[in-house]
Amino acid sequence: MSSPALALRGVSKSFGSRAALTNVDLRLEPAEFLVVLGPTGAGKTTLLRTVAGLEQPDAGALDLFGAEATHLAPAERDVALVFQNFSLYPSKTVRENLEFPLRAPGRKLGAPEIAQRIEWAAKLLHIERLLDRPARKLSGGEMQRVAIGRAIVRRPKLFLMDEPLTNLDAKLREELRVELRELARKLETPVLWVTHDSAEALSMADRVAVLCDGAILQVGSPEDVYFRPASPIVAGQLGTPPMNIIDVKRAANGWATASGVVIARAPSDAPSTAKIGFRPEHVALEGGEVEAVIEVVEDIGPVRVVVAQWGGANVHILVERSRTLHPGDRIRPRVELEHVVVWRN
Amino acid sequence: MSFLVLDALEKTWPDGTRAVRSVQLEIERGEFIVLLGPSGCGKTTTLRMIAGLEQPTGGRIRLDARDVTTLPPSQRDVGMVFQFYALYPHMSVAENIAFPLECAGVAKRERRGIVERTAEQLELTALLERRPRELSGGDQQRVSLARAMVRDPAVWLMDEPLGTLDASRRGEMCEFIRTRQLERQVTTVYVTHDQEEAMRLADRVVVMSNGELLQVAPPHEIYDEPADLFVARFVGSPGMNLIAGEVGAGSSGAAFHGRGALAVELPVGTRAGAAVLGVRPEFVRIAPHGSSRGRVVLDAFEGAHRYVHLDTAFGRVVARTPAGAHARAGDELGIEFDRRGLRLFDAASGKRLA
Repeated sequence: MSSPALALRGVSKSFGSRAALTNVDLRLEPAEFLVVLGPTGAGKTTLLRTVAGLEQPDAGALDLFGAEATHLAPAERDVALVFQNFSLYPSKTVRENLEFPLRAPGRKLGAPEIAQRIEWAAKLLHIERLLDRPARKLSGGEMQRVAIGRAIVRRPKLFLMDEPLTNLDAKLREELRVELRELARKLETPVLWVTHDSAEALSMADRVAVLCDGAILQVGSPEDVYFRPASPIVAGQLGTPPMNIIDVKRAANGWATASGVVIARAPSDAPSTAKIGFRPEHVALEGGEVEAVIEVVEDIGPVRVVVAQWGGANVHILVERSRTLHPGDRIRPRVELEHVVVWRN
Repeated sequence: MSFLVLDALEKTWPDGTRAVRSVQLEIERGEFIVLLGPSGCGKTTTLRMIAGLEQPTGGRIRLDARDVTTLPPSQRDVGMVFQFYALYPHMSVAENIAFPLECAGVAKRERRGIVERTAEQLELTALLERRPRELSGGDQQRVSLARAMVRDPAVWLMDEPLGTLDASRRGEMCEFIRTRQLERQVTTVYVTHDQEEAMRLADRVVVMSNGELLQVAPPHEIYDEPADLFVARFVGSPGMNLIAGEVGAGSSGAAFHGRGALAVELPVGTRAGAAVLGVRPEFVRIAPHGSSRGRVVLDAFEGAHRYVHLDTAFGRVVARTPAGAHARAGDELGIEFDRRGLRLFDAASGKRLA
């Protein structure tokens, strides 16, 4: 088996008394698209900067392509970092901006090779017609394409992307997500992408790593982390609306809410108290034993989000828009056992 | 007369750029209006004119039967929430939130009650005694939201107030804003580029592009019945699939013809000519014996659903599929369109035909 593109082994990093990363283990396979998902302050940027060599870990080690790289200088790592704030030279043209990383001392590329790489990158990113325009005249989306172009012309062995879409309009974000995912597949270069946006993580990643307070809480396929979150904290990071999470006690005939109402069946080996989680799309509106009252009905594009009072708990339910529902309607929600995640307290 | 009226509102910058072009909008008392559009469409300039921060170069603004076009911001009774809203650094969170009430002369005891209730709704109770610099960016944003919505002015004006918040916080903030607005019945104009936010908050959405209003309608109508190609593409995530072609004769009446021998029957009497067929991803079905074929370029899992992006003879098409239906890049799949989801646009004007 080939060595991983990147391996972090027990990496920790503190700034003063604040721990930014705690004992992080993470592997990135060749050509893999790995997304690190976490809220602001989770340590995502520190993680990327550590891989880039801009921060030194306090403990642990990292390998790049099978070789120890913990103490390599940034320039020796052959990785490209793309930031949230597109850093371009405003008065230079797009072409000059793209040329810059190729003219760096030590990179002895001939003029034809430079021209050829720029054409190649411009084509991949659909910025051919912008090549002679000054960077300051570009829109936000165009600037970010050029910033990514500056990273790809170097043909690095690894891309590090620090929330590259966060400062863009929602629509552009959605378009670039698709384009950049396709681009990564074409380049066959591994990508470590960090974001706080769960839709971005789920739709782009081969695997998702959930990072909170400097610790990796779970690593798995998008389906894994979404349907089988390892903890309520992980569950809370993924999905809109998020997973329903309810404190329950084991009763004779199933899981009971704090007000003693049994809302779902429990497995035979269930603990006496637990938190249970189930996705809004896994709640059926009929077939359950206990009545619920609809409080809010909200349409978001093709889906309808219902908030209902169920056994003293507020539950989000996702249904198709063809279902006509109104606040005050009574339903009998039902969740199948297979769709209930149980976390022991 | 409507509560807030924008009458032929214009803003032309000194360099000749027409940022806002003859905007006509009538907003009812208590209504929640969202101005939706990409960067540079004129939505923020429109909001700033309502606030009195920009002077229109044409047209009038009437608020509660009063012409406020030339009044300074302080005399308009508007409450503003901006993306980067500075908090008073020397005041605690509680004092920051209470400040607008103090200015409005609300008694101390009543102030405290309102602040506590608001803080509870926004989960800020534990932070009330802290100073702004001790808070994270997201928490500061929530405090500024609480401060802006603690008082009931004639109009709340909000310019992308959720802009810098983490995605996971946005949902609950939307809920807070909407609940509070419904409770207080304060007329609200809210600016965003995020169509999902618009859908969740608005009584009516106003879609803007190039300084003009393209469509003003309730969210479901904007989504289901887009008035033109821009709205069709901009609203929805991903937007509507748009396929270029021609309306001509079909087997029983009219039909839409696209590249790759795509033929879709249309209602009898549909006008012939160059047209664009629109169909939302939830009306594109993956069907082994579908009339058209596509090659999967991306299978984007989004939790409750997947969006499968396919290259077809008539361009890129996105289909929404169940979460369990995994497709692999490179797979060849059959697709078909659900007739209920078909929309037709004029190719030249971009306007809706059927």
